Amino acid sequence: MKKINNFLHQSLYVSPFHIAKRDNIVWWKAWIIRIIAVLIALLVCGTITIALTDINPVKMYFTMIDGVVGTPRLVWNMLQNTAILLCISLAVTPAFKMRFWNIGAEGQVLIGGLATAICMIFLGEKLPAPILITLMIISSIVLGAFWALVPAYFKTKFNSNETLFTLMMNYIAIQLVAYFTLEMSVPKGSGTPRVLEYGQLPVLFGQKYLINILIVAVITVIMHIYLKYSKQGYEISVVGESEKTARYIGINVKKVVLRTMAISGAICGIAGFLIVAGTDHSLKSDSAGGRGFTAIMVSWLAKFNPVFMVLTSLLIVFLEKGASKISEVYRLNSSFSDIITGIIIFFIIGAEFFINYKIKVNLKDKEERV
Amino acid sequence: MKKILSLLLVAVMCVASVCMLSACGGEQADSDFKIGFIFLHDENSTYDKNFLDAAQAATKELGLSEDQVIFKTNVPEGNECYEAAADLADQGCDVVFANSFGHEPYVLKAAKEFPEVEFCHATGTTAHTENVKNFHNAFASIYEGRYLAGIAAGMKLNEMIEAGKITPDQAKMGYVGAFTYAEVISGYTSFYLGAKSVCPSVTMEVQFTGSWYDEALEKEAATKLLSNKCVLISQHADSMGAPTACENAGVPNVSYNGSTKDACPNTFIVSSRIDWAPYFKYIIESAQNDKEIAADWCEGFEVGSVKLTEINENVAAEGTKEALEEAKAKLISGEIKVFDTNNFTVEGKKLDSYMADVDTDPKYEKDTEAIADGYFHESEYRSAPYFDMTIDGIKLLNSMF
Repeated sequence: MKKINNFLHQSLYVSPFHIAKRDNIVWWKAWIIRIIAVLIALLVCGTITIALTDINPVKMYFTMIDGVVGTPRLVWNMLQNTAILLCISLAVTPAFKMRFWNIGAEGQVLIGGLATAICMIFLGEKLPAPILITLMIISSIVLGAFWALVPAYFKTKFNSNETLFTLMMNYIAIQLVAYFTLEMSVPKGSGTPRVLEYGQLPVLFGQKYLINILIVAVITVIMHIYLKYSKQGYEISVVGESEKTARYIGINVKKVVLRTMAISGAICGIAGFLIVAGTDHSLKSDSAGGRGFTAIMVSWLAKFNPVFMVLTSLLIVFLEKGASKISEVYRLNSSFSDIITGIIIFFIIGAEFFINYKIKVNLKDKEERV
Repeated sequence: MKKILSLLLVAVMCVASVCMLSACGGEQADSDFKIGFIFLHDENSTYDKNFLDAAQAATKELGLSEDQVIFKTNVPEGNECYEAAADLADQGCDVVFANSFGHEPYVLKAAKEFPEVEFCHATGTTAHTENVKNFHNAFASIYEGRYLAGIAAGMKLNEMIEAGKITPDQAKMGYVGAFTYAEVISGYTSFYLGAKSVCPSVTMEVQFTGSWYDEALEKEAATKLLSNKCVLISQHADSMGAPTACENAGVPNVSYNGSTKDACPNTFIVSSRIDWAPYFKYIIESAQNDKEIAADWCEGFEVGSVKLTEINENVAAEGTKEALEEAKAKLISGEIKVFDTNNFTVEGKKLDSYMADVDTDPKYEKDTEAIADGYFHESEYRSAPYFDMTIDGIKLLNSMF
């Protein structure tokens, strides 16, 4: 017995440090950690760039910035892309805050876009623009909410796995849109969607994306207030923290789950509406472009805070656009810029670990050993 | 406090961007001519590689420096394409070229916004009806290349018949197509007519995948055709699916877009492809000399737009090379017409009139008489193919609109 104790004792000594959870970190310390992480990421990327290519890494970073904000058009483009990604991120946030794993944003966005496109095609010529656009918004919200409610209903009724269910709903939406695109393609059989002339969102002050950006800004503010100050927002956090506590204090968990998923799906539907009516003016199965999944990362990185989400979605869009500029200017395969953005995102996510945990060096143990 | 910091960050980013703007202006001033290319994917797709190689060859031959040529790869067929085209115009390009069919409406949108820049688009169909002066379509008379490839296939079938491996009735070819779309239909029909010109008993089955690039589906389609006892396969889709299935089964294959000999040494016969370098040279030289670019450009063997790869002598029938040379000369001189109405029938009847859907519209209206002087005038009223009939001898196993 003594031997075993001794052994255990010794084996504990092997590790020179241990990890402890931080209770609360001062805000500026958190930011210092984040900035250090970005700096290290840039250093690592620079080293890899020098090792693999003959590009000057500092120049490369400036190329990246140039590719995102180099011209007024690019700035608007960046804001537009940020707005759409932010909108989808806001949509998934209440569900994730409730610990309901909604992986189905991609499908909910597409189905909202499909509702919009169907209105634009079949009612476009018949209705005046204000009525048409109102109908487009309502139908995209209703269909998006429905697409999210199906898995939520099965979750509350039969306790089915929402991750798999929402994921599978994506494939149904993608196939529906693909079928629709093929049926409505012009010219026939080309598999290319037609451009929808009627029901395009109006151009405000000569800026075609401004209306998208304004709509998403409004949604951001509303979502912030809803999550932080409303009773429903509080219920969402309680259900997310502990379902049992929620039940104990008399929250109708099923109702909260259904309501929250409906909101999540409805905002995804709006995102689909903005993509089809506000930017693309057409619909195909990759119109959402994986943003339904990227949004999950944006939301988590911002710790479900809508205001921070503006920054995190901007960061993702910045990296994406900057990366494609790198491959354009240096004629590199896009894999290289993917490596660079991957490293940067890895370090930024890694920084969150050091913000939540601290590493303590086991000084005392060392002394004993000596 | 956090908000102040976020604001500060944004401010820093803005300042940095303004610095970049001023830094950029100086660098780009010296070169006067610029061309920008928009590609759907990158060099990992055989379709895009064909364009990329041609663009590199053409710009190098004309002595353009790297600063004068901008490549944008992986540009999807959506609003991103419009943004890419507009960005190229912002960067001072005199000519912008896009390579995928679905890019067309977005390139057209940019063309209307930048009247001083020439926008050229491969495989598109609307330049002749839109009448936007700086928007142009281009294609190549690839059906002639497919016809030659078909002759090589027919000679292989003849060799099998002579060797007693198959009876003349069993000379059935298989074809893997992407969509039931005029470009594909025109392609497989000319391939079939080429084979029929040397092997009169040939028949063909066509299986569509519903995708321009899907290796698994293309392989599956080829396997289905093989199980239907097709003795030779060709394809119009961009992956290695069909050639690989043929190599595994030991069945001869006529390829597309480029040689697949390295991967399929025992079954590859020959491949036809479009070489875009002549077109690129044409648009660059036209723009540099202020000459007008044709709204619809379609050339073939003469200027080198349509090419056949090297013939794989191990697989091809004897005398293939000579036969192809001879037929090519006759196509150039006009002695042979691929869609000669004497050589095919539709539902048992010879055609003397056919209204083709040349002008793009959502109702697919048939608008142009395409048969005159005893043949179907393919790619003459617009550059992209519009032959879309199912002729006798070809059986469609499915359709994918």
